[in-house]
Amino acid sequence: MTDCHDATDPRAAVALPTQPVIVLAGNPNVGKTTLFNALTGSSAKVSNYPGITVDRLSGTMALPGARVAQVFDVPGTYSLNARSAEEQIALDALVGLHGATLPDVVVVCLDATQVARSAYLLLQIQELGTRCVVALTMIDEAKLATPEPRALAALLGCEVVAVTARTKHGLEDLRAAIDRTLRSERKSVWRWTPSPALREHLDAIREALPATWRGQADDALALWSLLCLEPRTGSTDDDELVVPDGLRAAVTARKLDRSLDDEAVLARWAWLDREIPKLVRRRPDRSRTERIDRFLLHRAIGFAAFLGVMGIVFMALFWGADPLIGWIEAAFKAIAGELRGRIGEGIFTDFVCDGLIAGVGGVLVFMPQILLLFLFLGFLEDCGYLARIAYLMDRIMRSMNLHGRAFVPMLSGFACAIPAILATRTMERRRDRILTMMVVPLMTCSARLPVYTLVIAALIPGSALTQGLLMVGMYVFSVAMALAAAWVMSKTIKPLKAKRLPFLIELPPYRWPRGGDVVRAMWSKSAMFLREAGTVILVCSIALWALLYFPRELPTGSPDYAALIERAPTADAKQALDAERSALQLANSYGGRLGHAIEPAIAPLGFDWKIGVGIVGAFAAREVFVSTLGIVYSVGADADEGSAPLRTKLRTATKADGTRAYTPLVGLSLMIFFALACQCMSTLAVVRRETGSLRWPLFLFGYMTALAWIVSFCVYQGGRVLGFA
Amino acid sequence: MASLAEIPTGRAVTVVGVDGSRAFRRRLLEMGLVPGVTVRIVTVAPLGDPLQVEVRGGQWSIRRTEAAQIAVDEPAR
Repeated sequence: MTDCHDATDPRAAVALPTQPVIVLAGNPNVGKTTLFNALTGSSAKVSNYPGITVDRLSGTMALPGARVAQVFDVPGTYSLNARSAEEQIALDALVGLHGATLPDVVVVCLDATQVARSAYLLLQIQELGTRCVVALTMIDEAKLATPEPRALAALLGCEVVAVTARTKHGLEDLRAAIDRTLRSERKSVWRWTPSPALREHLDAIREALPATWRGQADDALALWSLLCLEPRTGSTDDDELVVPDGLRAAVTARKLDRSLDDEAVLARWAWLDREIPKLVRRRPDRSRTERIDRFLLHRAIGFAAFLGVMGIVFMALFWGADPLIGWIEAAFKAIAGELRGRIGEGIFTDFVCDGLIAGVGGVLVFMPQILLLFLFLGFLEDCGYLARIAYLMDRIMRSMNLHGRAFVPMLSGFACAIPAILATRTMERRRDRILTMMVVPLMTCSARLPVYTLVIAALIPGSALTQGLLMVGMYVFSVAMALAAAWVMSKTIKPLKAKRLPFLIELPPYRWPRGGDVVRAMWSKSAMFLREAGTVILVCSIALWALLYFPRELPTGSPDYAALIERAPTADAKQALDAERSALQLANSYGGRLGHAIEPAIAPLGFDWKIGVGIVGAFAAREVFVSTLGIVYSVGADADEGSAPLRTKLRTATKADGTRAYTPLVGLSLMIFFALACQCMSTLAVVRRETGSLRWPLFLFGYMTALAWIVSFCVYQGGRVLGFA
Repeated sequence: MASLAEIPTGRAVTVVGVDGSRAFRRRLLEMGLVPGVTVRIVTVAPLGDPLQVEVRGGQWSIRRTEAAQIAVDEPAR
């Protein structure tokens, strides 16, 4: 029985809106974003990974009669009723709630290979009383299984246009269909009749709907409220739906029977299962995907293939980006040097060269790895393999209470925590995202490498082999600590506790990614990094430069360096005196004084104030530790981890009593401190942005610093007790 | 009657009912895993969990503990 009760909307006027609002909706992986790109020509993300569209995309498209419509993309969802934040975004956009404009037409993408499933969403949208046009996508994949558009249109009661966005086939027909639908009346279409018991609930809830929600789809919104709203949990870290308290209370007051809870879902499926098979007589051919899966998800070969793919990504991030990073560093050094030569010495020059230009260089130096990472992620997403990684790794990640998709962010953490934190967006639950963000900064990022290289070369005795093994050991240590931290936090920190929620991800058919889509996505995400994180990194770099530069006074009783340099006989002597002066100025700077001030706190770890200054400097970025130590030890700011003079200085440095300042044990303690401490302003800034609260970055900083201090303390003091002074 | 977690790979069975929490049931029902529909376990992940399940021409990853909440009957006619 097909029952349609119509509710004609008084707002549906015959007069056409001057700039119609079009919303594009559909399941994930149905080519919705490709269609969006084709219609608007803008640079939206195209992806094969369920639920990737988190930010709303918008653009404009031409309609017949030289008119222009605004187009919005909504997150891909399977339903509007399943209570995730994304589904609420979709609902808001469709009904015009929470500041969204009521759309004039909704274009629903229907996957020709999975008609019934994607039509389920269409039924929900039609219940909301929106004007719909169906874009039938994936017809090239469905081939003969594609339903006949005209028969489908008759069944669904709206225009159906077969489109192939990649070849622009059908786009003109779609524009025309949108234009015609704009002139039709709004009506809410239900394919099922609520039972008397459910009807009673709906009538009661309808009365509690806020005035701004009323008018268009009261019954549908009442149903949505009834099915989706739960009593408040009181925690801001739950993904809670935003609705007026009165409505929530009204829903909570109704005790919904379990059979009524299922009624709407089962009734819609009953309709689809009765009607759709008449139009779809063939099963789409998935044999290619199944053949590939037989290898890529195979017990042995699948894991080998996975390790191979990860190896390639890792090597590319690690070695591939290295020459580019070298060029960027060299280029910025050259620019600063050139500028210094032209405008002469002075505070302004120092600010521009050491603060500003070095800061910009410090941001751009992350770019090669970030571009490469997003290139790989985009490619893996678009071809469908990223969902398989989550499938393969779920068992391991779950044992640490991490989400299956946390694997990719953690791997990216070996390059840099910032893109890794941005990569957590592929998880739809806030709790999973935050837990991953809390452990990703423990992974050995590339900025720690110069520190390890310097310390191992200068302080750790032994052959190249033992030194190499220690480096590998630091990587293993970081992975073990990250996994352990995830497990402990998921057991102890209340908002991060694992709640049993289903882990359902779609394994989409393998599709060959389009180069243009991958590159555009890579660029838009990298640009987001530059905009969001880059500005913070730049500001922090300049602030730290100022901290280590001012007040630019020498301690009282210092020799008159200007005069000494004047009288120095050779250029080398002049340079040595200059470096000595810089070292004294740094020691006397605010940052230097801070280093002195924290000495009592870090002395139990085996560190002196000079390392303290290095640690302060490392907050801009960890690798700054090396150049800061270079200044402290008067070998110049140009010192890098390969600098022989700096290594010698560290090896031969003595304490007041004449004993060696940095023993191998101190070196080990220092490396462990760097492995665990959160010395990265940019990471904290990005976590602040992604979580939208100050609480999580503060917690991250607090727990990592405490962990670093405690473990370093145990290693250093334990080592001394064992006689390794 | 058995649960989906007990069904060997490759065999097609019919869903009889879905148990579990409200959110979980809703998710499964809405993706079309309603009583009467045919499901098939395509493969098991190399580490023994999760399962790759085919429903209505789409393929999904589902954990063993979750599959255990889906009652099935065999074989689908």
